[in-house]
This record gives sequence, structure tokens and C-alpha cells, in this order.
Amino acid sequence: MTLKTEPFVLNVGPQHPSTHGVFRMRATLDGEVVVDIEPIFGYLHRGIEKLAEERTYTGVIPLTDRLDYLSSMANNLGYCLAVEKLAGIPVPERAQYIRVIMAELQRIASHLIAVGAFLNDCGAFMTPIVYMIREREKILDLFDMVCGQRLTYNYMRPGGVSQEIPDEFLPALDKFLKQMPGWIDEYDQLLKENEILLARSKGVGTLSQELAISISASGPVLRGSGIKWDIRRADPYSIYERFEFDIPTGTVGDCYDRYRVRVEEMRQSLRILEQARQQIPGGEFRSKVPHLIRPPVGETYAHIEAPKGELGFYLVSDNSIAPYRCHVRAPSLLNVTALRDLMIGWKIADLILIFGSMDICMGEIDR
Amino acid sequence: MTLALPVKDTAQRIGEHFADAVTEVTDGAVIVKSEALFQVAEYLKTNPDFDLNYLTHITAVDYFDYFEIIYQLTSLNNNHSLLLKTRCYDRDKPVVPSVVGLWRGADFQEREIYDLMGISFKGHPNLKRIVMWDGFDGHPLRKDYL
Repeated sequence: MTLKTEPFVLNVGPQHPSTHGVFRMRATLDGEVVVDIEPIFGYLHRGIEKLAEERTYTGVIPLTDRLDYLSSMANNLGYCLAVEKLAGIPVPERAQYIRVIMAELQRIASHLIAVGAFLNDCGAFMTPIVYMIREREKILDLFDMVCGQRLTYNYMRPGGVSQEIPDEFLPALDKFLKQMPGWIDEYDQLLKENEILLARSKGVGTLSQELAISISASGPVLRGSGIKWDIRRADPYSIYERFEFDIPTGTVGDCYDRYRVRVEEMRQSLRILEQARQQIPGGEFRSKVPHLIRPPVGETYAHIEAPKGELGFYLVSDNSIAPYRCHVRAPSLLNVTALRDLMIGWKIADLILIFGSMDICMGEIDR
Repeated sequence: MTLALPVKDTAQRIGEHFADAVTEVTDGAVIVKSEALFQVAEYLKTNPDFDLNYLTHITAVDYFDYFEIIYQLTSLNNNHSLLLKTRCYDRDKPVVPSVVGLWRGADFQEREIYDLMGISFKGHPNLKRIVMWDGFDGHPLRKDYL
């Protein structure tokens, strides 16, 4: 006997604990199986690109904090690199090292939340994420020390950073670098070979290489599919060509690969941090930059490897004190293009898991 | 380092295949006619010399006289990039061809440009507002909005 079923529309979000922000999915289900899905967003649209056109070049930095609010330091860095490229502003050595340290700490902090939230979506309810928030807290303490903020840092400036790092920062960083590898080992011990995690995430939501390139995926989502593409290597910015590190990649591009890539990237970030800590020179923390920056007429695109992928800023200058146009290339926006392809054919419980493995942030999708 | 392809040579290569397609060559970009955009993009994507298989991003700028639509193309295999642009002079009904058929990543970005800049993409499978709500009046990123 065959059972007659009818498609059923289920609305997930925008207020839902597993959509990591105000994301909405209109899922069409046949029983438990997803047959169609439409991502809907715009609930967090604040018009950042428009607001940027009416602020000075330095005044845009606090807006960039609010793009991907889990990695504000990376956003600051991407934007400042674009302004420096446009206006030809030099950056002192010490500032370069401070920036790299901040950006890599930020990558670890962002990946901790990504991995923790993913495991939460897997069904390991709350335990792993509390471990990871414990470590993230240490990083937030370090950021608090340098700029007095825990989430929206507004720390970097065109030509350097806003203030010198305090004396107690480097010893605190040393302590963190000593402890963190043990903590990552602890996660691996608890979760790497966990049977439930493997059963839930291996082979689920496989993103093929062709599709990953076609949708312009970047970051761990692209590397999870086995493509060795990292802006820090492919197009080194700041001083990344000086550091030794590997680019972890996945093999098949399923949820488990994306999760593993993030964990391995944390280890590589620690390697970069160790080297930067050893090499950091003395000197100025900011070059002499006028209060109001007036770049010559022109346009530029600067991109960085942010925790979630390739974050780019396209700036157009008309020689005034505010950008004529400021476009943000948001990695999350492009990564969610794949959702429909990844989710169709899987069950409703996997939908949450696949979404969690993409690690998106609504702040930069809606802008 | 990602090399920027020399624009003069690239423009010449494009001109050999598509006569009159290139309208201007600027400092770092090749500007093509909007009618020829899809064919030129397809050529750049499939030709093994260019192999620009990755669409880094699309954006649009309003210069009052015209809209400029910017395509940053990258080759993941050869590690080089090209800035391809097209211009649209019609302010009331700007239309350019969609490149979703070549790069699926264009989908949401073209919808966003349609929503905020008011440029239609011919051939887009699902062209509707993406961040503003249906029924919203105007296109906020245009310079004459407000």
C-alpha cells in the first residue's frame, strides 16, 4: 500500500535559535524530506553601504564592525587596507604585526563560535559550545585590553591602529598561546571520532567543487570541498607572506569536512600567532595620517581572508572626504547561494545541520 | 600574488573575437558594450588562456550620467584577475544581461543590485527584491534617492 502525501510548506525563522540571526527559510516538505527551499533575508538591513557614503573615511570603520559582528577585527582590517590602497597610506611595521595578531585571534574566536554552534545544531546540545565560549572569552579579554570593547572594536585605522597595545597584552597573549593548543586537543578528543557526530555529518550536504566555484564560495566552505584557495596565500596582503602556515582542506565537501577545516584552521592561526609574537618589532603604531583623508579620484578593491571567507571592499573616491561608493563583498551572502542545492533531498533535521555548517552571519548578508 | 591581467592585451583579444564589443580601456579595467557582455564573459570564462572561472563579486556604481556595473573575475587555476565593466546609460529602464547562466554566484548579487540600484538583469531566473520588502518605492543606493 502506498501512502499519498502532499507537499507542506514550513517556515523556519526569522526568529529561530538555529538560524543564527534573523534568517528565514521557506521549506517545502514532502513528509520529512525537503523538496524545495527558498532563503529569505533582509531583516537586518541597515543600509551600511548607503550610510558609508555620508561619513568620512575614518567614520566608516564603526559601520564595518557591524557587518560580521563575530569578526569585527577582520572587517576593520579589510576596510583599512582598501583605504590605504586608495590613498597610498603607509603602515609601520609594528602596526602590521599588531593587525595580524588581532586578525588571527579573531579568526580563532569566530571559528570557535562556528564550531560550537554547529555542534549545537548536531544535537550536542549546549555542552560543546559552552567549552568554546570559555576559550572565546579569553580572546575577548585580550581585545578588551587593547581597545576597551568586547564585540565592536573599532580598533584599526588607515595607517595603523588606534592605540598602542598595553604592557600587559603580550604576556597575556603568551599565556593564551600556551593554553589554546591543549584546548583544541580536548575538543578533538571529545568530538573528532564521536559516533553520533560522524553519523549526523559525514556525507551530509555535500558541496561539489564545480558548484563551490560556480557560486563563488570562499573560506572554509570552499576549502571544505577540497580547493586550496586562501587569500593569505593566493594574494598576500599586509605581511602574510612572511609566515609559515598550511591551508587545511577537506576531501568531499560535506558538513564534517567544513567542521574539520575550521578546527585545523584554528591550529594554523596559532602557528601564525606564535611567529608574529616572536617577530613583533618596536616602533610606531600608526603613521602620520591627516584627520580627513582625501584620496585621489579612483577606485580600488582590497580583499582579505576573513574567518567566513573572502571579505572585500570596493571603494570609489571622488576626491572628497567621504567615499563615493563603498561596496562590501560579503562571503556569507555568496555562501548561502548553495543552500538550496545542499538541502534538497535531505530531511528536515539535516536542514538545520547543513545551515549550521555554512557558518553565516546575518550582519554581512543584509548589510 | 593575484596578477591583474594586462588590460590592453586582453581588450585586443576580446576585440578579435567580438568586433566593437570593447568601448573603452581604462587604467585597470576593460569596458564592454552591455549587449555583448554575456558573450564576452562566456569567452573569458571558457578560454583556457584566461580561464576566469570564479566571479569574485559584482557591484554597480551610479555616476548620474550612467550606471557602471563591475565584474571582478578571477582564475583560481592561473591566479590572475580581470576587472570587466559595462555601462548603462538609460536611467529610467536600465537593463543589462544576467550572468547567472555562467556563474550561479551572480544570483543574489544581481538581485541586490536590482533592489538597491534599480538595474534589471535580463535572463535572471528570479529577479525580485532581496533586502527591501516587496512594494518598497525607489532604489536607495541611487545617488538621487532621498
